[in-house]
Amino acid sequence: MSAAPQAAGDHPLHVQLPYDMRPRAGKAIGDVQLQQFVGSATSGKDRGRRQIFAETFGERADEIRRLAGAIKQHTLDHLDWYLDRFIDAAEKAGVLVHLASTAEQANAICVRLAKERGCKLCVKSKSMVTEETELVPRLEAAGIETVETDLGEFIIQLDHDAPSHIVTPMIHKDRTAVGRAFARELGVPYTDDPLKLARIARDHLRQKYRKADLGISGANFLIAETGSIVLCTNEGNGRFCTSAPSTHIAIAGIEKLVPRMEHLGVMLKVLARSATAQPLTCYTHIITGPRGHDTGEHDGPTSLHLILLDNGRTEILREETRELLRCIRCGACLNACPVYRKVGGHSYGSVYSGPIGAVITPLLKGLENYPDLPQATPLCGACHEACPVKIDLPKQLIGLRRRMAERGVTSLWERLGYRAWGLSLRWGWSYRLAASVQRWVLRRLASRAGSPAGGDRIVSRGWLSRGPGPLAGWTSQRDFPTPTATSFREWWKARGGQT
Amino acid sequence: MKVSLFITCLGDSFFPRAGIAAVRVLERLGCNVDFPEAQTCCGQPMHNNGIAAEARALAARMIRVFEGSEHIVTPSGSCAAMIRDYYPGLFADDPAMRFRAESFVSRTFEFSEFLLKVLKADLRSLGARWEGQATYHYSCHLRGIGITEEAVRLLRQIEGVEFVPLSMPEQCCGFGGTFASKYPQISGAMVRDKVAQIRATGAGTCISSEPGCTMNIAGACRRERCDVTFKSLPEIIAESLGLMNDIPASEAGR
Repeated sequence: MSAAPQAAGDHPLHVQLPYDMRPRAGKAIGDVQLQQFVGSATSGKDRGRRQIFAETFGERADEIRRLAGAIKQHTLDHLDWYLDRFIDAAEKAGVLVHLASTAEQANAICVRLAKERGCKLCVKSKSMVTEETELVPRLEAAGIETVETDLGEFIIQLDHDAPSHIVTPMIHKDRTAVGRAFARELGVPYTDDPLKLARIARDHLRQKYRKADLGISGANFLIAETGSIVLCTNEGNGRFCTSAPSTHIAIAGIEKLVPRMEHLGVMLKVLARSATAQPLTCYTHIITGPRGHDTGEHDGPTSLHLILLDNGRTEILREETRELLRCIRCGACLNACPVYRKVGGHSYGSVYSGPIGAVITPLLKGLENYPDLPQATPLCGACHEACPVKIDLPKQLIGLRRRMAERGVTSLWERLGYRAWGLSLRWGWSYRLAASVQRWVLRRLASRAGSPAGGDRIVSRGWLSRGPGPLAGWTSQRDFPTPTATSFREWWKARGGQT
Repeated sequence: MKVSLFITCLGDSFFPRAGIAAVRVLERLGCNVDFPEAQTCCGQPMHNNGIAAEARALAARMIRVFEGSEHIVTPSGSCAAMIRDYYPGLFADDPAMRFRAESFVSRTFEFSEFLLKVLKADLRSLGARWEGQATYHYSCHLRGIGITEEAVRLLRQIEGVEFVPLSMPEQCCGFGGTFASKYPQISGAMVRDKVAQIRATGAGTCISSEPGCTMNIAGACRRERCDVTFKSLPEIIAESLGLMNDIPASEAGR
């Protein structure tokens, strides 16, 4: 999965639905190289994030996260109002605003605009929302050559691969894979020297910037008060894409709004620290309208379009899932997630991976299409602790499991099993009966398998190395302990209760 | 001080020695310990798997059983977290039950938290002594409710304990309830990491108070032939105070 280039048509994110996560996850876990890359990159970034939050904010690290979350939550609570204000302000600044309900509509608007202007070459900065709408293949199909200019995305595009992380798209690749892709696709001599590789990419991209007649970007934030589009990048490519070509089209989800410029300070502070452990990204681009003719500006695009995308977001806006739209796509939850570290981004079978992906993918694309995503998690809460806007991801995952049970996505047998288990716990007598049966069965199985059970009755237990039925999964990886010969409550009774 | 022990369903069947140790330590610290026998399970398995009606019924039962208790103490951080994080929310549409749930939450403590916050225990003054190297497994749910260093602080109060921290204490062991059986490959990869970290400490004893984590990690240690003894925090404290001499840890040590 890691090193081999993806053959065309074998796109990692084009999966059969309903998507079964297990085969890919298993493959990723067996891939030593992938485990190494993803494991060390994510744990390093996670450490860096915690360190810089502690250094900057000390005891108040939690407060700034709460503030950032509150800013986004407030905006979402009044999203209609802020959207109106934003559109007014943006149009006043000369931005042509388009509304798209679906990914298909957004792509169609983008292609139409490009064609109307006779665009031939598009330079594009990194944007998750365009991954979500799968814009690039649509542009290419319309005859518009489109070049990803973020270094990671550029490599992914050259290698016909797909991003596996929200912020560091090629986290699953190493430099030898990059060297091979460059040699194959750009016809340069093979090298795996990062400096030389960066130089090759830079030279190649400079040529493209010069010729490009269309620039496409996403948006990290939209400022309602001023109608500004905010872009945070580290390579300067975003600045080229949005200022060199004569037309700039930005695409953004409607959840990207913040009320005023003063709120940007908080959001930028938490975004860069959470994403890459930087105090600030190298470039923070605040774009308010196209080139101003009246004000005598000499640079920038002559026309600036913004496509505001819904694509399922208003559905997520309902009260119980609204907090998910606070997400600023920093990737901190991916870096903190012990499951992501093991299975990598492609195992999620969709553009958004990790904990946030496990929640929003089923919401955007259907629970019945991604039944594994809310289930394949130990609910450890590392994502919740990492999130700069304090999204309660474990609670959201449980909420999805509840919907799955209610809508019958979870199998009938499973639901009946939990129901019966739950019922046995409702009365003292049924609890004791179930516990005795469980103890008798498990201890008998263990003693048949020859597992020793010695010592005091309080500590005497056996171990199963091959469990039946629902225990088979458990014992495929580790032994299962049997209950001890005497339970706590039996001991308590024998002692005569309270002394 | 009156304390009601919530042993938890896994603790009751799988780790009675931890419960006994908890009772003895609390009594040694001057508490009057009670065990409401009608208690069963906090309902976390049903809640986490989205069976909301069952979770509510079990939460209501818990609230009823412990209604008259002054302090409810449990050795499991995960069950304490279930109560704190989710019980009031389960009764969002029932103000009377929600009020009772909030009262229940305010009286519920995890064992290490109770010792330090409420009892302000100082094990040194009681002559706590336990010779050996020990590491400590942080449970994720305990950390989730803001309890991180309490157990280590208590371990440091025991003379003779040489505490060796894990390299990645914040990383989940991969238990996650039914997750361990449903996604064994992912869970297995996670727990093998934890075994490697424990092995790297060289400690002969791993302190883990979470029944679920202990079943998972101890089971993996057995499979991976990593020779470590698992003990809960109440057990090592009780042993250090000479309260467990009549029930030695099992030969197999696990």
